[in-house]
Amino acid sequence: MSAVTPDAVHGHDHGHDGHDHDHHMPTGWRRWMTATNHKDIGTLYLFFSFIMFLTGGVLALTIRAELFQPGLQIVRPEFFNQLTTMHGLIMVFGAIMPAFVGFANWMIPLMIGAPDMAFARMNNWSFWLLPPAALLLVSSFFVPGGASAAGWTLYAPLSLQMGMGMDMTIFAVHIMGASSIMGAINIVVTILNMRAPGMTLMKMPMFAWTWLITAYLLIAVMPVLAGAVTMLLTDRHFGTSFFNAAGGGDPVLYQHVFWFFGHPEVYIMILPAFGIVSQIVPAFARKPLFGYASMVYATASIAILSFVVWAHHMFTTGMPAVTQIAFMYMTMLIAVPTGVKVFNWIATMWRGSMTFETPMLFAVGFIFVFTMGGFTGLMLAIAPADIQYQDTYFVVAHFHYVLVAGSLFALFAGTYYWIPKWTGHMYDEKLGKRHFWLSMISFNVTFFPMHFLGLAGMPRRIPDYNPFFTDFNQLATVGAFGFGLSQVFFFYIVLKCIKGGPKAADKPWDGAEGLEWTVPSPAPFHTFEVPPVFEAPAGHGH
Amino acid sequence: MKKTVVRTASLIGVVLAMAPAFALDGQYNFQHPVTHLAEDIFGLHMLMFWICVVIFVAVFGVMFYSVFAHRKSKGAVAATFHESTTVEILWTIVPVVILLGMAWPATKTVLAMKDTSNPEITIKATGYQWKWGYDYMQGEGQGISFLSTLSTPRAQIDQGEWKGDNYLLEVDNEVVVPIGKKVRVLLTAQDVIHAWWVPAFGVKQDAIPGFIRDVWFKAEKEGVFRGNCAELCGKDHGFMPIVVRVVSQQAYTEWVAAKAAPPAAASAPATTDKAAPSAASEPKPAAASAS
Ligand code: HEM
Ligand SMILES: [Cu+2]
Ligand SMILES: [Cu+2]
Repeated sequence: MSAVTPDAVHGHDHGHDGHDHDHHMPTGWRRWMTATNHKDIGTLYLFFSFIMFLTGGVLALTIRAELFQPGLQIVRPEFFNQLTTMHGLIMVFGAIMPAFVGFANWMIPLMIGAPDMAFARMNNWSFWLLPPAALLLVSSFFVPGGASAAGWTLYAPLSLQMGMGMDMTIFAVHIMGASSIMGAINIVVTILNMRAPGMTLMKMPMFAWTWLITAYLLIAVMPVLAGAVTMLLTDRHFGTSFFNAAGGGDPVLYQHVFWFFGHPEVYIMILPAFGIVSQIVPAFARKPLFGYASMVYATASIAILSFVVWAHHMFTTGMPAVTQIAFMYMTMLIAVPTGVKVFNWIATMWRGSMTFETPMLFAVGFIFVFTMGGFTGLMLAIAPADIQYQDTYFVVAHFHYVLVAGSLFALFAGTYYWIPKWTGHMYDEKLGKRHFWLSMISFNVTFFPMHFLGLAGMPRRIPDYNPFFTDFNQLATVGAFGFGLSQVFFFYIVLKCIKGGPKAADKPWDGAEGLEWTVPSPAPFHTFEVPPVFEAPAGHGH
Repeated sequence: MKKTVVRTASLIGVVLAMAPAFALDGQYNFQHPVTHLAEDIFGLHMLMFWICVVIFVAVFGVMFYSVFAHRKSKGAVAATFHESTTVEILWTIVPVVILLGMAWPATKTVLAMKDTSNPEITIKATGYQWKWGYDYMQGEGQGISFLSTLSTPRAQIDQGEWKGDNYLLEVDNEVVVPIGKKVRVLLTAQDVIHAWWVPAFGVKQDAIPGFIRDVWFKAEKEGVFRGNCAELCGKDHGFMPIVVRVVSQQAYTEWVAAKAAPPAAASAPATTDKAAPSAASEPKPAAASAS
C-alpha cells in the first residue's frame, strides 16, 4: 500500500481503474492548489489553522506582556485595542473553526465509509478562500489607521469610527463566512447521502452527528453575520444609518444581529469538540458510549436552544425586565442538555477498563476544565449577577475555559487520536503526555486568576490597570508564556510524528471502534471506493 | 515517580506564586456591597457559586474515583452497559429542579433592579470619548452640571512614575450624592457606547448614543466608590473612571450650595464651564422612553 505522507507523490501505485485524472495528479505546490482529495484538503485546513493559532497566540502574548505591570510599557492604547480585536477574530475564524473543518474533511468520509466529500471542487474552493481572508486580517495592521480596534464583536457605532482596517476586516469576514457555508453544505450533503449501506443516522459515529448539527448551525447563522457586517459597511460608506441614532437607527440593533449569530457560533466551536471527545472516551474506557440516543438529542437541543438565548450577551444594554427574564430562563435551560453530555461521558468511563494515553488525557482534561467553564456560564446566565460580571475578566476567564480548555483541548485530543491514521506513525507518547501536563497546568495558571480579577473589578479590554490587580496579572502573563511555549512543543511532536516513529497498526487503539480503523495506516489516498460493510458497534441505536 | 515529583514541585510553585495575593483583602470577590440591591446580587452570586461547588464535588468526585479505580492497570474489566432510562431521566429532571431554585431569587432581583420609579434625585450621566458628563436633573441639586475626567497624571501612566492607590480610579469632579436617597441615573452617550459601572452599588448600565436608559441605587454607607467604563469605547476606554462620593444629607446640602453659587465664586475647573453649555444643548430624548 502506498504511504501517504503530506509530501509523498501518488497516482500510479494504486491499482484501480476508472479514475483517469489520478494518473495525472499534479505534484509539488500544484497538488495543494488543486487539491480535491478530502485528506489533502483536511491537511491543508489543519496546517492553516495551526499557523493562525500561532499568529493569534503572538498577539495574545503581546497583550499579556503589556499587562504584566500597571502603566503603559510596550504598546499604546490604540494598538492594544487592535491586538485584542485581531486576537479574537483570528482565533475564532482562523484557528478554531478551520481546525474543526479540517477534522471533518479528514475523518467524516473515513468514519462513514464514503470515498470522499460530496463536492470535491467546492471543497478546494472553500479552503482556498481562507488564506486571502487571513492575509486581509493580518495586513490590516499595516494600513493607515491600523487594524480594526472595535473588539472581535465589532460593535457599532465604535466600528463606524475605524479606518480602512475595518473594511478589510468586513471583507475578510464575508470571505470566511462564504468558506464556512460551503464547507457546511459539503458536510451535510456528504453525511446525508454517502454513508455506508446499513449505517442509519442513529448508528452514525457521534463525531458525524455533532458535525451534521454544527453544519446546520453554520448555514443558519453565517449569513446573519454577513448581514450584520454588510450593514456596518453601508453605514460606513453609503450613507445608511442602520446603527446611527441620528439617522433613525439603533446601535443596539447591531448587537442583536451580531449575537443572533454569535451565540450559535460558540456552539459551532464546541459541538464538534463534543463529538471528538465522544469518540475518544469509549475507545480508552473500552466500553460503548453511554446514552448514544440521549447524546444525539442533547446535541440537537443545545443547537435549537442556541437560537433563543442571544440576548444574554446584552443584559447591560437595559432591556425590559420581561425580556431579561425570558433570556435568563432560556440560557439556564441550556445547562440541562450540556449536563446530560457530561454525565454521559462520566457514565461511559464508569466501570470501564481505562488507560490514559495522550488522547484520553486530553479528553478527560477537556471534561474537567470545560465543565468549569460551564459552571461560570451558568453563573453568567443569572441576569443580575451577569450584569456585574459582564465586560470584566471574569468573562475572559469563562470563554477561555470553554474555548481553550474546551475546543482547543478537544482538537489536541483528536490530533493524538487520529494522527497514527494520518501519518502511519505513532507519536511519541512520552512527549504527548508532557504536552498535556504542560498545557493543563499553564492554562490554569493563566486563566484561573482571571476569575478573581474580574470579580474584584478589573474590566476587560483595558491596556492598563490599578496596581491592586498586579499579582494576578503577573501570574497570568507567566502562565500565558508557558502555554505558548507548550504549543510550540506540540508542533515539534507533530512534525516528529510526520517524519517518522514506530509504524502504526491499522487500529492502534485496542478499544477503538469505527470504519476509519478498517483502512490501512496511513490511510491510502483513496479509500472506500467500494462501500464497506458496516456493522453497528454495540451501544449504537437498536 | 520522577513525574510526580515534577508535578508536585510545579504545584507548589504555583501556590507560592499566589501567596502574596492571598495576603491582600478583597482580591478574590466582589467589592463590599453598599446598597441593598448590591447585597442581593452578591447573595445570588454566592448562591450560584456554592451550588456550582457542590455539583463540582459530586460530579468530579465520581469521575476521579472512576479514573483511579476503573483502570486497566488495576485489572478493571470493562462492563458493557450503555444506557439506563431511569438514570437518564433522573439526571435531566434533577438539574431542572435546581435551576428553578436559582430562577426564583434571580427573577425577584431583576424586577427590583428595574424599578426606577419615584427617585428622590435624578442625575443624567453622558458618556463621551473619554470622560463622563453629569447633569443633576431633578431633586435637590437640580441644575448642577459638570464633566468628570481622569485626574491621574500622564507621567504615572507613561513614564512609570510611582502610582497611588487610586491610580486610574480618580477624577477631577466626583459625583456627589446623599446617603439613603433613591438616586436614578439616566444614561446616554454622545459618540459611541460606554457603560457606567459602580461595582459597590451593583449598578452597570450601557450608555447608548441617541437613547436613554436608567438605573437606580440607594447608598447605605458614606464613602467614595469607584468604577470604570465597562464597554469598549475606543483608545482611552481604560481611562474614564467613575467616582461617586456618598455624603451625609447635610454635607450634600452644603455641596449643592457651593455648586449653585455663581461660577466666578465657585472654584470649578475651567473645563466645567466650557463644556457645560455643549452638554446642555445636546438633544435630550424624553425620559419617558426609558421605561
Ligand atoms: C495562548 C493562549 C491564549 C491567551 C494567553 C489568550 C489571552 C487573551 C487575552 C489577554 C484577551 C484579551 C482580554 C481583554 O482585554 O478583553 C483575549 C481575548 C479573547 N480571546 Fe484569547 N487567549 C488565548 C487563546 C485563545 C483561543 C484559543 C481562543 C479561541 C477562540 C481565544 C479567544 C478569545 C476571544 C474571542 C477573545 C475576545 C476578544 C475581544 O475582546 O474582542 N483566545 N485572549
Ligand atoms: Cu451566548
Ligand atoms: Cu469605555
